[in-house]
Parts: sequence; structure tokens; C-alpha cells
Amino acid sequence: MKLELRGITKKFGALVANDHINLTVEAGEIHALLGENGAGKSTLMNVLYGLYRAEEGEILLDDVVQHFAGPGDAMAAGIGMVHQHFMLIPVFTVAENVMLGHEDTKTGGRLDLAAARKHVREISDRFGFDVDPDALVEDLPVGVQQRVEIIKAVSRDAKVLVFDEPTAVLTPQETDELMVIMRQLKEAGTSIVFITHKLREVRAVADRITVIRLGAVVGEASPTATNVELATMMVGRAVDLTVDKAPAVPGDAALVVKNLSVLDPHGQVLVNNVSFEVHNGEILAIAGVQGNGQTELTEALMGLQPRVSGEITLDGKSLRGHSVRQVLEAGVGFVPEDRTEDGLVGEFTIAENLMLDRSNDEPFVKRWNVQRALLAKFAGEKVMEFDVRSQGIDTPVGRLSGGNQQKVVLARELSRDLRLFVAAQPTRGLDVGSIEFVHERIVATRDAGTPVVVISTELDEVAALADRIMVMYRGRIVGIVPGDTPRAVLGLMMAGEAPAGEGAAA
Amino acid sequence: MSTTQGPGTVTGPATSPTGAPSRWDRMFREITTGSAIISVLAVVLALVVGAVMIAFTNKEVQASAGYFFSRPGDLLAAIWNAVSGAYSALFQGSIYNFRRPSFAAGIKPLTETLTFATPLIMAGLGVALGFRVGMFNIGGRGQMLIAAALGGWVGFAVDLPYGLHMIVALVVGILGGALWGGIVGLLKARTGAHEVITTIMLNYVAFYLVSYLLREGFLKTPGSNNPKSPATKVTAVFPDLLGPNYILHFGFILAILATIFTWWLLSRSNLGFQFRAVGLNPHAAKVAGISVKRMYVYAMMLSGGLVGLAGINQVLGTTTSGFGAGLDSGIGFDAITVALLGRSKPWGVFWAGILFGAFKAGGFSMQAAEGVPIDIVLVVQSLIVLFIAAPPLVRAIFRLPVPGAIRRKTQVNVSQEVAAK
Repeated sequence: MKLELRGITKKFGALVANDHINLTVEAGEIHALLGENGAGKSTLMNVLYGLYRAEEGEILLDDVVQHFAGPGDAMAAGIGMVHQHFMLIPVFTVAENVMLGHEDTKTGGRLDLAAARKHVREISDRFGFDVDPDALVEDLPVGVQQRVEIIKAVSRDAKVLVFDEPTAVLTPQETDELMVIMRQLKEAGTSIVFITHKLREVRAVADRITVIRLGAVVGEASPTATNVELATMMVGRAVDLTVDKAPAVPGDAALVVKNLSVLDPHGQVLVNNVSFEVHNGEILAIAGVQGNGQTELTEALMGLQPRVSGEITLDGKSLRGHSVRQVLEAGVGFVPEDRTEDGLVGEFTIAENLMLDRSNDEPFVKRWNVQRALLAKFAGEKVMEFDVRSQGIDTPVGRLSGGNQQKVVLARELSRDLRLFVAAQPTRGLDVGSIEFVHERIVATRDAGTPVVVISTELDEVAALADRIMVMYRGRIVGIVPGDTPRAVLGLMMAGEAPAGEGAAA
Repeated sequence: MSTTQGPGTVTGPATSPTGAPSRWDRMFREITTGSAIISVLAVVLALVVGAVMIAFTNKEVQASAGYFFSRPGDLLAAIWNAVSGAYSALFQGSIYNFRRPSFAAGIKPLTETLTFATPLIMAGLGVALGFRVGMFNIGGRGQMLIAAALGGWVGFAVDLPYGLHMIVALVVGILGGALWGGIVGLLKARTGAHEVITTIMLNYVAFYLVSYLLREGFLKTPGSNNPKSPATKVTAVFPDLLGPNYILHFGFILAILATIFTWWLLSRSNLGFQFRAVGLNPHAAKVAGISVKRMYVYAMMLSGGLVGLAGINQVLGTTTSGFGAGLDSGIGFDAITVALLGRSKPWGVFWAGILFGAFKAGGFSMQAAEGVPIDIVLVVQSLIVLFIAAPPLVRAIFRLPVPGAIRRKTQVNVSQEVAAK
């Protein structure tokens, strides 16, 4: 089915999210929609899916103008969507999830589960998915859950499938498998819209590429375009994709973690007997697929996890069992992985957020009073230094873009005297320009002699920053390898296979 | 493969600083999209709906509606008489009575308004403080009762010199409220018990405890079967502000001081900074090293202390002849409305408290002068809450812009083509 969007314009108040966007996806084509976060890709797809009503423009399927009042209409017309965050009910089985929303019933309103199971098996066999229709969704790995989403869409006879940032939660291997699936779907005649900001994937799978920036189409490209060309189009200026970084000059071991384990409230082991060291002036990257214990390990370092056993020492002093405040006062800087949830108070101004973790002592507080003049001066300086683009230091951070929000977090953490810097997913959801900036600051921190721990699920980021790479899988360390380890090896390690010829912990 | 740049310059993302909006522009937007205007308009709307109800329940209006088609003017005149009479009685009963001969007598209603407003402001500040930390303190009644019982006991049972007596009773009362609130904070911090449940339950505990103490405990008046405490000793009573002819007492000064204190606490102190951080985003506060649990306890203690101030104000200032278990007379709950109307901002609460004090003072004279049931005042108060809870409704009625709609200049994008295929 051929999909055509003509002159789609969508406004939120005065903000133009989509500005006369034209997009044509031919039948049986994989069309990548490339753009930074906030460029308007998701808005456009939500218009297509009937979740938003566009002010102007029309949607055509096989040259027939469509009017979608809601997702139901879009689905009926043959548009399916695989959301970034899966729309599955964890306690339902695969078959139940697939039939949800258009349940077949037998007499008396009983669900026809047998038919749903058969349906799932059929599609699953057709694409070689190997999905058990009776498995509970919550028991399935993330990659398989995504296949359930695809089965859901295909079972509704979707002729146009939209994948919204589908690889964000996948391992490199799972990503490759998804690419194979996308090609299979394409051969079966399905048109695919593939939304992403990862250049490598686009070039691997797309037939055509449309680049969106600031709500408007800036151009089309073929998959043979280089990364730099694509990135330049996305950002609107030339970008440097590699981090300029001198070889590390590691000093003494600063952070020493020995036999660290973290349990959840039910006694499940989340981090399993982990030991490693970070030296002064080096970056240790902790790689791994989301949900393999990295988050809990970071939280244990920061004093945010209540059930921790083992040893954590920084410069010889124990950090385990200390409160967050004590850890911060020991000189640990922390960039949490979810900045809007854990890093910033959205309604607070930039200035207020800059003193968020220093609200007890001087310089910002004297005898119970917040030193507002001093804070304003400090905030003014930091906004300049970190290039936070805003209307001023009194702007609520919730109004800033993701990149500028992250700069506020960085400015706050890096303006203290640090003995250790922990950055979790420091560039998640940021545009290419901000990623460049964040990476530069992290390397600068290392060069100042501070030990740095970067937790990241992005292989690109790990490869760009790390002096050493520690890979985690199911709460354990698979191995600690040098920073120049090839991707393929890292990918295997992320799936749990220890590297050949290496011990479990270097 | 080469990149062919389109003509003209390429704009980078978010090159915004094209001059900040002017001060007036900002002020206008603050007024129209901010919360203050919603509060004011909610009051206006509530008064309009109240007027409709006054008209409907008025006998003359009903009678003249019967012959509307022969003499429509009668109906309009009757409506006008009913509504304007009621609201002018409300005004004269709460602010200035034109029928009194002198200014000194005419201004008396305003002093009554302020007296009624005093505990509403105090308790409203307590509830507002809770709101700012993300907690819903419905325990005003219990906190007032405990504060009044402890402070009141000091007031009638202890002998101390003039002035000092009052201060000791005041402090004991505030501590009593802080204790009762602190229990709630502690339960929440330690066990996660929700404060709505625990405050409501502690209201009952306080009510029956104080009732018991009034009947058989240390609050009982010797030789009396009335469940009522002895009168507060003269040495502990709040001084009158404007002499014995007016009921306005020192409590109003305390209400102003409490407002200034709460303002300082929330917008200038580091404790208030931490309170607000916890209220707006407890996760971020925790990661920033702020002990969320400790903040819950502190906030509930301060909230309870402010509500307790309202309780002790009733005993030492408004009703000094002894108190019963009904001394809070709904103030603990009205305080929630006041805090909502004041948008949980200290000075907002102050003015909202005065408005509600005016309703209380004026409601009686409205009933006495015009025969309008005092329940209308209650309806108007309730409608205010209703409209405040539904800002989009008020905005729709008055066609106000939605707040947070960021004005952004549309940026010119120069399209460029990468040599493809």
C-alpha cells in the first residue's frame, strides 16, 4: 500500500511541530524518518495514527484521502504501529494481547482464544518468530515482546507499519534480527516507516531516507549517504562524530568495588557479586542492555539502594551504607539516567536546579537563608559556560529541551569539587549537537584527573568514551575489556558470552 | 557522494535569543495565565451562580414570574431587588455598614471579618504548607483541638504574669498542633501510611479524647456538668487591637506574622527550598541528597503547628469564656478551601482567608436583613472550590489563554538536498 502525507501541519499553541510535511512511502519500501529528538517525527506519526488531528494537510492511502478520527480508523485502514514503549498488558498471554481490542467471541460472549492462538502461530510461523502464544508477556525478553507487537499489527492486516524508535531497548543482536524481520515484512509487501535517530541502522535497512529538522523536511537521502552527511542534515551544521580524546593517563585506583550485591524487596538478586576498580583519570564504561543491573549498581554507588552487601570504597574511605547526602558530600558527582524524573525538578528554575543538591550548606545557604544574589550570579556564569539556551536563569527547566536540561544537570554536578563522576546514560534522547558537548565535558573531567564511570546502553557512546569497558549481563560482570574492543565482541558479551581468552573480571 | 548546500544560510537549532519578551508582556501573561486570575474569576463566577440561586429562592421573584408575560418588568425588578439586596447586605455585614451614624460604628463589620479571617488564615497556611510538600492535611480539626486543649489548659490552669502567660499558652498550643501533625508525618515516613487516612482518623481520636477530657479529665470545669472548659485567665487573653468596642484582637497580628513566616520559609529559606523540591519531584529531591522522609515529618510538624495556632487563637482570643469539643467549628475544613483559593501561596492564603472571613461575617447579616438563607454562602464557598478545581472551565468561560503555551518564533528552515540515488 502506498502512503502519502501531503502538507501536514500540526501546531501546539504557537509551536509548529510539523510544518507542511510531505512524505511518500511506496508500497513495499522501508522508509526511514530520521531526525533529532524533538524534530517532530513522533508528532507526524501520531497524526498518521489518528492520535492527533492535523490543522492542515491530508493523508492518502493508495491515492485515496483518509480521515482518521482515532487510532481505530487508522488501524481499519491498514496502518499499524509498533510503539517505542510497548502497548502490551504484562499479565496477559501473547494470544490475549494480540486479540485485545478486536476480540472474536463465541456464543455467550466467551472469548475465542483458540482462534487467537492459531492466528498467532500462523503469523509467527510465517516470519519465523518462534513465539509461544500461551506465554505471559511479562516473562518474555524485550526483543520477543517487540515481536508480539509486530504480530499484533500484522494480525490486523496492517499494510503500512510504523516502527517508532524500535531499537532503543534491543541488544545489537536483537537489532540485527529486527532488521531481518523488517526486510521480510517488506518482501511480503508491507510498507514500513522506520523512525530513528541512529544513523547506522538507517543505512543498514532503509530504501529511502527523509530527514526532518525542527518540524520540517530538510531533505531526502539515499542509504549510501555517509554518516557525516546524514548527521549534518539532521543538525543543520557540520558535526564531529568522534570524540577528540588523548590516551588516558590512569593514576591510582580511586573507586574500589568488592563483591557488591544488590537485592530487590523480594530478595531477587539484581546485582550479583560485582568487583571492579576505577582509576584516577580514566573512564570506565559500563555497557549492557537496559535492565541487566547497571541501574541498580549505580544506585548502590549513590546510596539509593537499601539492600546492598559488599564493599564500596572511594580513596580508601567506605561509601557503603551512607546516605545520598553523605555520598554527594564525599565528592561524587552524579548524572541520573532519567533526568526529568531523578535529575531535575521541572517546575524549578534553572538557578534553583543548579543548587538542588547543595541546599544545606554554604555557599548557597547561610543561616537558613538561600543566598539568592550569589545563586543568580553563579547560575548566570554556568549558563554561559555550559551554553544552556534559555530565556534566562529564571526559566523553569521543564520548558527547556532535553539537551539543555542535561546541560543544567552537568553544570550542577561538574561545578562541585569531584572525587568521582558517575554519569548514567548521559546522552539518552539528546540531539547530535548536545551529545558532542556532553562527551567533551566528560572527557575534560577525566583529563582533570577525576575517575569517571559512564553507564550506557549505546555502543557508539561506549566506544567513543571508554578507556575500559565493563559489560554486565543479568547482574554479573561478563568481562572488563579495553576501550578499543570491536563491536562484535561487545555485542556477544552483552548477550552474556564471555570474551574468549579473558577472565570473568580483569 | 557530496553534500550540496542549498542557497542562503542554514539556521542552527534553537538559536533563540531574539530579545526577551518585554516586562509588560510578561506581566500580562502572568496575570492572564497565572493562577491568581483563576482564583478571582472563580469567586466572580460563584457569586454569579449564587445570585441566580438567590433569585430563584426569592418569594417575590417566584410570584412575579407567574405573570411574567403581562408585566415582565416586575420580574426583572424583583430579581434585581433580591440579588442586590442580598449582596449589599453581605457587603454591609462584612466590610462597611452605611446605615450606622459614624465611621467608628460603620467600620465594625470589617473588624468582625478580620476576626473571622484570623483562624482561617492560620489554618489555611498550615494546609497550604502541606500542599507545597505534596501532602494533603485534612487533620485541621484534630490539630486545632489538641492545640486548644493543651494551650487552653495552660491558659486556665497555670498562674503566670501577664504577657508571659499568653506566650507560654501560645507556644504550648503550637507545639500541641505540631505534635498532632508530626505523628502523621512520622507514620508516613516510617510506614508509608497515607496522610489523608491518618489525619482523618486522628481527627476522631482528638475529638473523642478532648470530649472525654472535658467531661472527666483535666479540662473539666469543676462543679459543672457541661462538657466545657473553664474560662481562660485574663493574663493569657490576647489584647484587643482597637479597644474594647471591637472584637478584633492580637490574633490578627499573629496571622500576619504567620503569613510572613510562611512566605519566608517557602521562598527564602533552604528548608522551604527542600520542601518545594520534595513536593514537586520527590525522586529528584532524593537523588539530590534531600531526605524526603525527614521533610515529610518536618512539614507535617510545621503544618500542624500553624493549624494549632488557629486552635489556640480561638481559645485565647475569640472565645475566652471556655471551650467545648466543637471549638474548631469547621475551620479545619474551611482551611482546605482557603488554601486552595489562595493557591497554596502564603499571601494568596491571607487574602483568601479574609474573603472567607467576610463571607462568615456577612452571611449572618444577609440572613437577618434580607431573609436569604445562610446556606447560600456555603453554596458560594463550595462553588468557588469547584471552579478552582476546574481551571479549564473558568478559562473557557472567560476565554483566557492556556498557561505554558510557549510563544516561539517560527524559525526559517532552509531546505537542503543531499545528492541522492
